[in-house]
Amino acid sequence: MLPTYASPIERVWFWSFRIFCVMILIFLVSPLLVIVPLSFSADTFLLYPIKSFSLRWYEEFFGNGVWLTSLKNSFIVAPAATLLATTLGTLAAVGLTSSDFPGKSVLMSVLISPMVVPVVIVGVGAYLFFAPLGLSNSYFALILVHTALGVPFVVITVSATLRGFNANLIRASASLGANPVTTYRRIVLPLIAPGVISGALFAFATSFDEVVVTLFLAGPEQTTLPRQMFGGIKENISPAIAAAATVLILFSIALLLTLEWLRGRAEKTRTSAA
Amino acid sequence: MLEVMPTMSQTLTVNAPLTAADGELLTVKLARERRNKQLKAVALVAPLAIFLLLTFLVPIFMLLGRSVDNPEVVTHLPATSKLIASWDRRALPSEDVFQAMARDLTAAKEDKSVPEVAKRLNMDISGFRSLIQKTARKMPLELAAGESMRDRFIQIDERWGDPDHWHVIAKNAKSWTPYYLYSSLDLRETKAGTPELAPEEERAFISIFGRTLWISFWVTVFCLLLGYPLAYWLANLPARKSNLLMILVLLPFWTSVLVRVASWIVLLQREGLINSALMNLGIIGEPLQLAFNRVGVYIAMVHILLPFVILPAYSVMKSIPPTYMRAAISLGDHPFAAFWKIYFPQTVAGVAAGALLVFIMCIGYYITPALLGSPEEQMVSYYVAFYTNVTINWGMAAALGSLLLIATMTLYAVYSKLVGANKLSLG
Repeated sequence: MLPTYASPIERVWFWSFRIFCVMILIFLVSPLLVIVPLSFSADTFLLYPIKSFSLRWYEEFFGNGVWLTSLKNSFIVAPAATLLATTLGTLAAVGLTSSDFPGKSVLMSVLISPMVVPVVIVGVGAYLFFAPLGLSNSYFALILVHTALGVPFVVITVSATLRGFNANLIRASASLGANPVTTYRRIVLPLIAPGVISGALFAFATSFDEVVVTLFLAGPEQTTLPRQMFGGIKENISPAIAAAATVLILFSIALLLTLEWLRGRAEKTRTSAA
Repeated sequence: MLEVMPTMSQTLTVNAPLTAADGELLTVKLARERRNKQLKAVALVAPLAIFLLLTFLVPIFMLLGRSVDNPEVVTHLPATSKLIASWDRRALPSEDVFQAMARDLTAAKEDKSVPEVAKRLNMDISGFRSLIQKTARKMPLELAAGESMRDRFIQIDERWGDPDHWHVIAKNAKSWTPYYLYSSLDLRETKAGTPELAPEEERAFISIFGRTLWISFWVTVFCLLLGYPLAYWLANLPARKSNLLMILVLLPFWTSVLVRVASWIVLLQREGLINSALMNLGIIGEPLQLAFNRVGVYIAMVHILLPFVILPAYSVMKSIPPTYMRAAISLGDHPFAAFWKIYFPQTVAGVAAGALLVFIMCIGYYITPALLGSPEEQMVSYYVAFYTNVTINWGMAAALGSLLLIATMTLYAVYSKLVGANKLSLG
């Protein structure tokens, strides 16, 4: 807060800095605020001012086979990729944090690399690899590549949680007579669960928002929601896209709230355990 | 208690190596235990490592291989490829080579692989495509007694009498070629096999790489200019308030990139909100071109990547005790000087890492420029996709992709050194 004895220059600086920061925040959220009302427009163009309101674009979204199929495909690919990425990533993170072995840091860099390799390269490479196997235009290949893209997030979040994990708890559990499986199930898993779930959410969001690999690898039958939106924005941008966008924004709000709730829970368990 | 004491001092004075309960040396047992633990760790990481190898690394290595792969001439003109290796490269090749060519073209005509060869050779000399197709159509050739195949070929088209065309065949009679990588760098191979700069009107890719780096550089700078102050403000607000405002940063971060691109089109297009607002306020007379050019790409990319600077900067700034600045100010420093000398240096490493990550992500960007830019904004990724989808030139797609990958991986290595890949965290 600004003290009462602040000089005029300090006052001007203080307020202009604040206004600058608030403007950045407005810049960050305005695109989300702008597109939602347009989805309720009765007009056929994505333009303001909205003259009359209607739900026709939601009818289009939920009634039209193309949009609904793409939504369905997204809900096939993303959960499958999330499940695979979370399982493989959690196991790897447990291995990476439990012991030192030669080449560990190099291995870690390789496991994280899908996050930084340009997606176009991943997409073209995957097409080159899977097409001769007859697996382009298949859910299978799409799920595998989406898994690879989501894995780094799981490895990162679970490793971070495990580094804060008190290894004495495992020893205490063992000294009290629990076998390793019971210890893992009753002690380790509940404590690292927030990390695992937030990693899973990252992996889900990665797959759910992925368009470039899908462009190369998916056939018309595997069109996902982002792929459908990509086509829509490129060809004819209609308020149906705003309706799809609103659905996706609601979805990301749900993801964010879950994540914040998990963070709160993790902090609570950490402070009560300490 | 007193009775126990002597036995304890006895055990402590024993100088023999320590053993476990079962009499085994403790050091041996510990080493084995450590090895077991390592094996278990490796076994846990192995499934993911193998998975990524098969679905991620092998495909990428295959793509890298494609950038030097040159199968067309060797597979479809096999006899010619073998014979032309011993050609002296000065005068025209011998009669044998022409005869081999006739046989190869006849076979190629039968298995319909002529267009593939023609396309490949046309990359080096334009017009080669029609030459090959025209000649292949005449196959098989019936030679009159005493007539040479060489004369017959030259009779079909006099370009067969030009050693330059044979040079191209000889150059491509190997199963690998630097051609695509050279082309990606605006170079071409001389007859001696050394690279030289392509003529000015054929150069394209250096400027595309330059443009990619230039756009990425400015996006990173804008992200820093906007992200640093905002992170500073949020980090120094009371926790309740900053947590609430942080949601405004995280919500766009979690929203689909396509949603955000669509919104920016709505905001920035000619009849869009920003233009109509500015016109209603009387600031501008006619709409500004904001979308489908450089401005739109900058705005949308900064919007997408800004959280990647804000989040690490925020967490670094949160860890700096506010007392440092207060101490500096109370010792007589001006607040700005205190910020510059005390606060800023502590944030440099974390913020630089965030900026580097933004830059790395930027140079591989595809969607935003593809949807919000004109051809002048398309970056390397666009051309990788273009050569894959539109012209189906795998060699060029792979070569451009390889160069892009090398750039990304070099920066990623720097980033790993700076941050340590195992210290990465998200938000």
